[in-house]
Amino acid sequence: MSRFNPYRRRLLHALGASTALAAAGLPVSSFAAATTKPGRKLGRVVVIGAGFGGATAAKYLRKWSNGAIEVILIERNQQFVSCPASNEVLGGNRAYDSLVHSYDGLRKNWGIRLVHASVTGIDADRRRVRTDSAGDFQYDRLVLSPGFDFIYSGIAGYDAKAQETILHAWKAGPQTLALRKQLEDLTDGGTYVLSIPKAPYRCPPGPYERASQIAWYFKTHKPRSKVIVLDANDKVVSKEKLFLGVWESDYQGILEYRPRWNVVAVDAAKNIVTSELGDKERGDVLNLLPPQRAADIARTAGVINVNDRWADVDWISLESTAVKNIHVLGDALQAAPLMPKSGHMANQHGKAAAAAIVEILSGRDPQPTLMANTCYSLVDDKRAIHVCSVHRYHPEKKVPLVVEGSGGVSKEASAEEGIYTRAWATTIWKDTLT
Amino acid sequence: MQKLALALAGTLIALNALAEPRSAAVPPANIPYFAANCANCHGTDGRAVSAIPPLAGRDRAYLEETMKAYKTGARPATIMHQLAKGYTDEEIAILAEYFAKQK
Ligand SMILES: Cc1cc2nc3c(=O)[nH]c(=O)nc-3n(C[C@H](O)[C@H](O)[C@H](O)COP(=O)(O)OP(=O)(O)OC[C@H]3O[C@@H](n4cnc5c(N)ncnc54)[C@H](O)[C@@H]3O)c2cc1C
Ligand code: HEC
Repeated sequence: MSRFNPYRRRLLHALGASTALAAAGLPVSSFAAATTKPGRKLGRVVVIGAGFGGATAAKYLRKWSNGAIEVILIERNQQFVSCPASNEVLGGNRAYDSLVHSYDGLRKNWGIRLVHASVTGIDADRRRVRTDSAGDFQYDRLVLSPGFDFIYSGIAGYDAKAQETILHAWKAGPQTLALRKQLEDLTDGGTYVLSIPKAPYRCPPGPYERASQIAWYFKTHKPRSKVIVLDANDKVVSKEKLFLGVWESDYQGILEYRPRWNVVAVDAAKNIVTSELGDKERGDVLNLLPPQRAADIARTAGVINVNDRWADVDWISLESTAVKNIHVLGDALQAAPLMPKSGHMANQHGKAAAAAIVEILSGRDPQPTLMANTCYSLVDDKRAIHVCSVHRYHPEKKVPLVVEGSGGVSKEASAEEGIYTRAWATTIWKDTLT
Repeated sequence: MQKLALALAGTLIALNALAEPRSAAVPPANIPYFAANCANCHGTDGRAVSAIPPLAGRDRAYLEETMKAYKTGARPATIMHQLAKGYTDEEIAILAEYFAKQK
């Protein structure tokens, strides 16, 4: 019995906070069995952010608790817009509308209460969340998957006005369409400049996929135009050999790659970026990805405790190591070794946190679960490459580590993997949202 | 321990036993959690409708042997040969049984 005392104590704590539980008047001894009895409640979880991490956590909390956990999902956007596959839209290889998905499935299939509002405050002691327009919400456990926000301070001249014309399109939505329009409006012979921040940032291969997609667009539609990639990193951060190989065989004379090129200033009037070393580059279209950190609300919650940028968690429960009862997922995390900030990974975090919370609210100890990652990238209209890894919890080091011998990259870009890439997108959208 | 627990509360032992790993691989109560890391590509509970094949309701032995063949490299693949190497044979058997049972 003593084995599950710590969680039992928390369970009792949670019990006090949940009106549903109090109303049910369950005797403590039979309480843990409530999972299997329909109509009984295990508590309430509030999830902030219905992106890849939060939406997955919300769905699987309902699924694995057989509806015994009440889930409130708070998201400021009315619809889900996928970053994965958004580079294809920029290349002209996919319709924007196919990135946009409804939240109705989470509501109808899983009985999740969706609240469209912005979370403005979190009181961890009283376990309350404050929103701008929908009131306050009490929780037993809070799940935070808010994604990232940019650090603008390191780039001189990139003020609010400059941000109107120099886009990032690193959160899919209006900027995806606006950047596509800039590319369409570009005259044949014009230059597109993409600037990549030092890792870690959202989606390690994402910028290189984007460069490839836009190079394909130029090759087929604006053969005199050029893509210039300015990378703050020493080399291509992900799938290096594969990307370099494709660029050499397919995009020679179109795509130019410059490593160790860290943008520190922009001149929006002249469309010029300046590097740390004082080098300058002009582009007709500038696409700037500033450095990134966990989203604002993570700071409000007090969970940012690594380099003032990311949130550290316990890798069994994904509970914050800074604030009790708050589980953090997705891009906002200080990642485990070799674990990228990807939608695939955020989905896995969502499942791990959901499993842990079901166990905890049932009075049991959560167990470590395996996580796997895959990042596909389309290098033209048909062919794709991947990188994948399997991460297993290491009991002494207390982090998931890549299983030796597992994972790897594609042998070469192939149309077969292009088909799997698009199947992956369709399937993960369904697994996350319906 | 079990006897003591029995005397205390019937419902609790059952759960206690579930939380206790029965095999070294995956505690039975955790199998759905474990199998969910295939769902990103093969669909929730293995019910994908896409170019990636579904796993739900497939023959158990086929799933197990295929995964093992991916692992040894006997069966070529674009990605499964790399992912399968992350799982023990015991875990592969558990996964095969789980997906075979999904409707
Ligand atoms: C161009 C591009 C291509 C990519 N391609 C891939 C790919 O092929 N494969 C892959 O696996 N990953 C890919 N990614 C990465 C993937 O998009 C992210 O890793 C993933 O979205 C992270 O999930 P998340 O839950 O952490 O954040 P998000 O998905 O960004 O979700 C966060 C949500 O929280 C909401 N939110 C934040 N703060 C608040 C608040 N205060 N109140 C209310 N709501 C709030 C936001 O509106 C948002 O909906 C790509 C990214 C980009 C930019
Ligand atoms: C990144 C996506 C991805 C993930 C994650 C994934 N698979 Fe696969 N799976 C594929 C693809 C793609 C194929 C087709 C073979 C190939 O090219 O690799 C496949 C094929 C298979 C097959 C053969 C099916 C058939 O009809 O012959 C089995 C069995 C299988 N996977 C099991 C699993 C299991 C079990 C897991 C979880 C441990 C898993 N897969 C995780 C993408 C994935």
